[in-house]
Amino acid sequence: MAIKSRFKKYICMLKSPSAKYSLGGLLTIGFVAGVIFWGGFNTAMEATNTETFCISCHEMKENVFVEYQNTIHYANRSGVRATCPDCHVPKEWTHKIIRKIKATNELYHKALGSINTPDKFEKKRLKLARNVWKEMKATDSRECRNCHDYESMDFSFQQRRAISQHSKGFEEGKTCIDCHKGIAHSLPTMFEEDPSAAIAVPIKK
Amino acid sequence: MMQNLQKIIFFIALAVFTQTIYSQDHGGVKSLRGSADIKQSSITPEQKRWQSDREPVDRAFVHQPPIIPHKIVGYQINKKFNKCLTCHSWANYKESGATKLSMTHFSDRDGNDLANVSARRYFCTQCHVPQVDAKPLVGNTYQPTRGLQAR
Repeated sequence: MAIKSRFKKYICMLKSPSAKYSLGGLLTIGFVAGVIFWGGFNTAMEATNTETFCISCHEMKENVFVEYQNTIHYANRSGVRATCPDCHVPKEWTHKIIRKIKATNELYHKALGSINTPDKFEKKRLKLARNVWKEMKATDSRECRNCHDYESMDFSFQQRRAISQHSKGFEEGKTCIDCHKGIAHSLPTMFEEDPSAAIAVPIKK
Repeated sequence: MMQNLQKIIFFIALAVFTQTIYSQDHGGVKSLRGSADIKQSSITPEQKRWQSDREPVDRAFVHQPPIIPHKIVGYQINKKFNKCLTCHSWANYKESGATKLSMTHFSDRDGNDLANVSARRYFCTQCHVPQVDAKPLVGNTYQPTRGLQAR
């Protein structure tokens, strides 16, 4: 009963105009507090958008990060590097927030220890990879296109096979991930995806 | 005093002796570092480059595994997946326009036909290799058999 009446009192206070503070003062305080809150929120979010943050979990550091170090997105002739969030977190704010909310599921599985050993990770790899492929397909490989823009892609600088495959693929309305799977991480057992590109006998589970 | 002098003379003699041995010729045997002194860094050999995409290369002899006329850097070939087969398999060659692998890849060593690529023929780079721009170390006059020569 006491709690209810106190709650009502606070509601009343919020509803009634301030008798003590000036409107200007309140606005200024509100504005400053808003800037601090908003800035703090974005800074915290950006802190989770770094490679250091990603590999602070051993699941990432010991599996996918090791594989990525052997690929062109890690080391290449021109020294441009795409780190984890460049490919796995959208750049645009709205999509970024949606991805970050979805990532709470990853926290849940971190707590459960769903992939806390290499063996467990390997067993889940196909499922996890398919999630990423599905998402990339749905967004027309948005994260790839942050750097690899079709408009600025000059086929005449490409190699023979790349020219024919790219012009054919784009004509058919394909997106990057349709062909470029497993470019930054090892692929899962692909027997289910393409039996002709895996060994004759499926590996024992 | 006398003993100390003897010791000093002995060590100087030893140093001169080892120096002569190590500066001698080693019967034509050369280490991988070449003749560079131990204190110098050896010269890095010239970096060879993988040859980029080109037309399939003719075979030089019957049963020669065709060489790979493109780069394969970063291609994953393991028990889980074979990157080569995503273009060269019977299921994929038409779409990719690649050469399909021959029937010989589908039989085991006892000659039994299998439903998919045989494990002994699965690891492509055991036989098929890409080329670098290296010049032959020695000249040779080898000619492919007439049956394989381009007309």
